[in-house]
Amino acid sequence: MNAENNIKTFIVKKPLKLDCGKTINEFPIAYETYGSLNKNKDNAILVFHALTGDQFVTGQNPITNKDGWWSYAVGPDKAIDTKKYFVICANVMGGCMGSFGPSHEDPSTGTAFGTNFPVITINDMVNAQYNLLDHFGIDKLFSIAGGSMGGMQVLQFISNFPDKAKTVIPIACTSSHSAQNIAFNELGRQAITADSNWKGGDYSSEDTIPNKGLAVARMAAHITYLSKKGLQEKFGRKLQEREDLKFGFDADFQIESYLRYQGSVFVDRFDANSYLYITRAMDYFDLAKQYKGKLSDAFRATRAKFFIISFTSDWLYPTQENKDIVIALNSIGADVGFVEIESDKGHDSFLLDVPDFLSALKNFLDKSYTEN
Amino acid sequence: MKNEFQVIAELIEKDKKVLDVGCGDGILMQFLKNNKNTNIRGLEISKSKVQECIAKGLTVIEGNAEKDLKQFPDKSFEYVVLSQTLQAFLNPELVINELLRVGKKAIVTIPNFGYWRVRLHLLIKGTMPITKTLPDEWYNTPNIHMCSIKDFFYFAKSRNIKIFKSLAINNQNVSIVNHSNLTIKNFFADLGIFLIEK
Repeated sequence: MNAENNIKTFIVKKPLKLDCGKTINEFPIAYETYGSLNKNKDNAILVFHALTGDQFVTGQNPITNKDGWWSYAVGPDKAIDTKKYFVICANVMGGCMGSFGPSHEDPSTGTAFGTNFPVITINDMVNAQYNLLDHFGIDKLFSIAGGSMGGMQVLQFISNFPDKAKTVIPIACTSSHSAQNIAFNELGRQAITADSNWKGGDYSSEDTIPNKGLAVARMAAHITYLSKKGLQEKFGRKLQEREDLKFGFDADFQIESYLRYQGSVFVDRFDANSYLYITRAMDYFDLAKQYKGKLSDAFRATRAKFFIISFTSDWLYPTQENKDIVIALNSIGADVGFVEIESDKGHDSFLLDVPDFLSALKNFLDKSYTEN
Repeated sequence: MKNEFQVIAELIEKDKKVLDVGCGDGILMQFLKNNKNTNIRGLEISKSKVQECIAKGLTVIEGNAEKDLKQFPDKSFEYVVLSQTLQAFLNPELVINELLRVGKKAIVTIPNFGYWRVRLHLLIKGTMPITKTLPDEWYNTPNIHMCSIKDFFYFAKSRNIKIFKSLAINNQNVSIVNHSNLTIKNFFADLGIFLIEK
């Protein structure tokens, strides 16, 4: 990556004990910020990214030259208004955009960690990112927000640090990865490890990378981010630049061509080992289990105001799983609002231009901020 | 704000924790929050109404009273308010039981089917009554379990529900309903308001 000087990092000096038992020292966290921190330092929002996201939330991503993953929601005058709020986002640990991950050099071997990188969890990611508060001298965040795996980090963050955020916005997520979620992730991992270029994870010094396997993983996952109705309306049985079926295995259908494209562009920006590690972290996520099966205990210590959002057509993290979080919060009398947004765009709705979602997010934040 | 809400708000002391079931666009919630320092939550089935509440800065959960009240622990609110929706539930008795479980007290308002205009409409016209408080036709009304103030009195008695206060509203007039004037009030009021406990 020749644009690496566009990546801001800081080195965490405090040792961090990981859930797997290992302790890591002096590790980098890559981050980006938008807007400016006010004098009272009470306008900061920590945004957590999803599986394949990164710290470049909005504007042009300097590495991929594409729009940031949450450009619809974050920016001047947008739902998360960067004229008003100071938005911070870090690349998750295990990722491949500058934070400590499997493509980093293992000092004991001089080559990339690969699968010698410790297996990390959502808890580890959140504990690592907590250091951002010290880094910016912020005592309490105005809000924490994120969708999908970002939402899981939101839930973990507030249970680990109950008095460090005033408002909490988990979106399209779950408190515990379901069998179906794990199954889809396993499919992706198997695709990667079945690629002969994966070489047990030790491909960093090779000329070839497991891009076939990673592309298949992305294609399979991409289907889970969309709804059946959305796919049918966008593609139906439309053919790809041809009048009729070709009786072969080229991409006859537009949907095939679309998925192949999604797979091919993904391998340019994402690391296969990171994909293995991050999906594993998601699969291990079970917040209730951390509290002896009682999810509400995860939130008992916090006075934060929660706003939970789900989408009608999201079958990956369906409304009921989001509602289970609402139920746990209500059972302890927490301040929690909930809305299910009508959308045909599936799980990806939180990343897209869904006006009802964006206005709910904006109204919740802005009203909560003026009540501060 | 409509008279009904003024009356409900007067029944609630300052600094209480209140749940508004079927809170609509949040007018009553907002009034309680601003004037009574109420720690107020809402439950509302309509997505667009939930959005309106969020825009007002109110804490609302999208949900259905018949299914979603069960997530609240026993006596977790000082008051639970149910305004003019009891008659729209499939199982009003279950909803009343849930209100009284979740709240220490409940405030329930009902459009009075014993109101003279309602009776007259059916008597003279012979068709399902349509009034200001009951504006829908029989085929599109959400109201499937209509009752009168008298019915509610008898229901409460049969279920050992204590009625602390019952009020009748007719236009702008609010008056107290008791056993001795029940028949008269049931005739002249178009809305009944009950403060109950079990």
